[in-house]
Amino acid sequence: MSLAAPALELDDLHVAYTVRGVDRAVLRGVTLAIAAGESYGLVGESGCGKSTAAFALMRYLPRNGKITGGSIRIAGEELMGLSADGVRRLRATQVSMVYQDPGAALNPSMRVGDQVAEVFAVAGTSGGDARERSREMLARVQISDPDRVLRRYPHQLSGGMQQRVVIAMALASDPTLLILDEPTTGLDATVEAEVLDLVANLRAELGTSVLFISHNLAVIRKMCERVGVLYAGRLVEEGPAEAVFGDPRHPYTVGLLRCIPRGGLRKDEHRLDTIPGFLPQLGEVPGGCVFADRCGLVREVCREHEPPLYPVGPGRTSRCHFHAEAQSLPRTAAPQADAAFREPDGVPVVRAENVAKTFRHEGHDVRAVDALSVAVRAGETLGLVGESGSGKTTFARVLLGLTPPDDGSVIELDGRLLADRITKRDPEEVRALQIVFQNPDSALNRRFTVRRIIGRALTKLLGTRGAERDTRVRALADAVRLDAALLHSRPGQLSGGLKQRVAIARAFAGEPRLVVCDEPTSALDVSVQAAILNLLADLQRDRGVTYLFISHDLGVVRYLSDRIAVLYLGRLLELGPAEAVFEPPHHPYTEALLSAVPTLEGEERPRIRLAGEIPGHSEPPSGCVFHPRCPRKLGEVCELEEPPLAEVTPGRFLRCHIPLEDLRRLQAQLPQGKTTS
Amino acid sequence: MIIFAAAQILPGDVGRAILGPFADQRAVDQLNEELGTNRSVVVQYADWIGGILRGDLGDSYAFRRPVEDLVWPALQNSAKLALLAFVIVVPVAILGGVVAALGEGRFRDRVISIGGLSATAIPEFVWAVFLIIVFALWLDVLPVSAQAPDGAGVLTQARYLLLPALALVFVLFGYIARMARAGTIEALDADYARTAYLKGLPRRTVLRRHVLRNSLLPTIAVVATQVGYLFGGLVVIELIFNYHGIGELLYRAVQRQDFPLIQSTVLLIGIVYLLATLAADILYSLLNPRIRLAHEE
Repeated sequence: MSLAAPALELDDLHVAYTVRGVDRAVLRGVTLAIAAGESYGLVGESGCGKSTAAFALMRYLPRNGKITGGSIRIAGEELMGLSADGVRRLRATQVSMVYQDPGAALNPSMRVGDQVAEVFAVAGTSGGDARERSREMLARVQISDPDRVLRRYPHQLSGGMQQRVVIAMALASDPTLLILDEPTTGLDATVEAEVLDLVANLRAELGTSVLFISHNLAVIRKMCERVGVLYAGRLVEEGPAEAVFGDPRHPYTVGLLRCIPRGGLRKDEHRLDTIPGFLPQLGEVPGGCVFADRCGLVREVCREHEPPLYPVGPGRTSRCHFHAEAQSLPRTAAPQADAAFREPDGVPVVRAENVAKTFRHEGHDVRAVDALSVAVRAGETLGLVGESGSGKTTFARVLLGLTPPDDGSVIELDGRLLADRITKRDPEEVRALQIVFQNPDSALNRRFTVRRIIGRALTKLLGTRGAERDTRVRALADAVRLDAALLHSRPGQLSGGLKQRVAIARAFAGEPRLVVCDEPTSALDVSVQAAILNLLADLQRDRGVTYLFISHDLGVVRYLSDRIAVLYLGRLLELGPAEAVFEPPHHPYTEALLSAVPTLEGEERPRIRLAGEIPGHSEPPSGCVFHPRCPRKLGEVCELEEPPLAEVTPGRFLRCHIPLEDLRRLQAQLPQGKTTS
Repeated sequence: MIIFAAAQILPGDVGRAILGPFADQRAVDQLNEELGTNRSVVVQYADWIGGILRGDLGDSYAFRRPVEDLVWPALQNSAKLALLAFVIVVPVAILGGVVAALGEGRFRDRVISIGGLSATAIPEFVWAVFLIIVFALWLDVLPVSAQAPDGAGVLTQARYLLLPALALVFVLFGYIARMARAGTIEALDADYARTAYLKGLPRRTVLRRHVLRNSLLPTIAVVATQVGYLFGGLVVIELIFNYHGIGELLYRAVQRQDFPLIQSTVLLIGIVYLLATLAADILYSLLNPRIRLAHEE
């Protein structure tokens, strides 16, 4: 630790929200310190108090929130009891914050330049000086044309660019402490990687201390020196990132890490672990250990006496009476999947040939999907990956008949041609193709009970009514492990994971042949995600259903998929067995995608940087669509000629001019995606 | 077309309405002949449309003068009244809405929200009568009639118009304040307002630069649609205050079944409404960079 005062010291911090007149504790006695120049990660599932901690130390709690005890010191200065002016000065000079969704964090009706300049104005620099320094700041966050960006409005910038601007604003005051609250959640993998690199570089350059909050453990692992694990408002484990993730000493940390599909885990080898039960209700104070109700190692003493923070190694603590045994936490699922998956038999359920979709947008043709041909085989999971704008969702919508494709597109179900629009398809065809959306909140009618939601699907798809319908609703609820008692509740009363189960039950009501899963777990916590992935795998094993699985999380896609298709600007760049796609040689784009994802093991992999941003659809690049950003571009041939989608090994297709052997040789020099846990 | 049809459907005989119930039937017929009101509806319609396209609104049956001479001064008078009402209500209502939003859920919010809603719910003629009783009769500080003597200066005119304008202010306050309140609450909740606070900006600056700029956009649209109301809905107010505006003119025209005058006034009110809405849309898109710059990359 350096001689300077710690950037942040929280001492026994208590924060409560007043709900209906009653104070409910959200943070209960959190003590932690971040040294000058240090980067500290705070992890935990939603509702554990991470963001509350961040806003408490910005002194920006919602009106019903208040700090009920403890102290906060930033650069040695006590925040408690600071006047409104003092708080403002503190925000202007000592501490800055960046949070999720940069698009919302910027004022839509002010030019970027004016927004950045404000930070300098607060510090007393205005006019031309502020402008000049804004320009420097944008250049510092690697915006190549700062003058142009300064004149723009936020909506004219891409998500990654917006987040750079927000980071520039946060660092403009040269703060002692920078708080990053889920700064890359919702950004594409390659963009996320860029932003993380940028933060790491700036931190090295400016010596700013960082409090990094994320639900993504791998991101924390990559970015932070030390981590604290927060559960129900208590810090349950703390220590150097490498040690905590490599050798966790609290059952909660152990459980969290086991939930994550990583290191090439696959559905047919390994069920994912989950953390049973739920987070205690807000303000509910268990007598003993906060985690006791969900812990597989719980004993009598845990319910009676809350464990103190035991020292468990150099700079490490764990709030567990049995920290030495934490890793023997019993698994909730047999590591070995019990029954075998049916071998996909190679007969396509759905075959898409030459599917294209062109949108007309402000006088331009936008090719969302371009001549895509792919067959989804019965019983398999086809993973669809690619950054936003790659056409994944549009393709899924075309299959479902929600978006009519361009003329010449062919979609077949079991070898029979399907009509363009769902309204022209017969009931059996509609039943055969179903979807599970990312956000169950908006996919379920919140006025209906769960019974009615599932029942309606049965009536609409199968014409089931009366007692028969009731029996089937129960059977479906049972199949998605939804307690029958919950059938009477409405979506608003259910947690995100339970809602997603209802959505899955709805999709399965008509005994579908193929279910499109469009980012079904992106909005969920890792432990809930694990449970949903297990459920999807179980349903596939039991019913032989086929999935088209869309996700930006490559670990998740790898876990569930048999084959993977990589899309870029509406073009299929790579298609092959999941394992093969993750092993070199890959298409250069796939290679870049894989290298962008941080791993829990924290191994340093050389990052393949992509130049520029995804080009607009209205003017797709000539030749290979990927050539303007391709780090392995050969030369003119890539600009002029589009490579064919060639079968390089049986079942493996690549759209690249570089011969497979050359790709193998080039990529062998870098240790790739191969991870072991 | 609709205006024309509606005017024609009105029951009664034009000549009879003008000459009164005791006039000789022959005189009535002759008057109808002169006015052309005994011709078929289709011919009359063609005549009217033709006139409008030539910029000729026709002659008033009842006043025996070109409609133009009657309509324009009335429109100007109404515009004066509307302008005064606007100048008062817009800042007051926006301020009220913003103050309510800043104290969301607190006492002052309740007072402004409920008060505004109640004021809006009470019809304008009730307000008019109430205001007349209080200010003109009891306190005797303002004139009952809104019609200033000919040649009066701007201030005198404004003094005369104050009471009817206030009645309108009461009615409009609720609408505008509610929009301003809703917009401000939304903007206060937005992430960008949080960003601004966390930059360490003083509250005043945050409100002015970040909150109001965004919250008042939807309010502007509502304000502009009320312009239409101010021109079309003034019949009662103008009557009560005996003010020669377009509403009052319309009332008199309807009373006398003066078709050309009815048609022209209603048409004008429609046009004003249309222009106001158009102006609102244009203003909204000018103020909102997301629409203004939608076509730049």
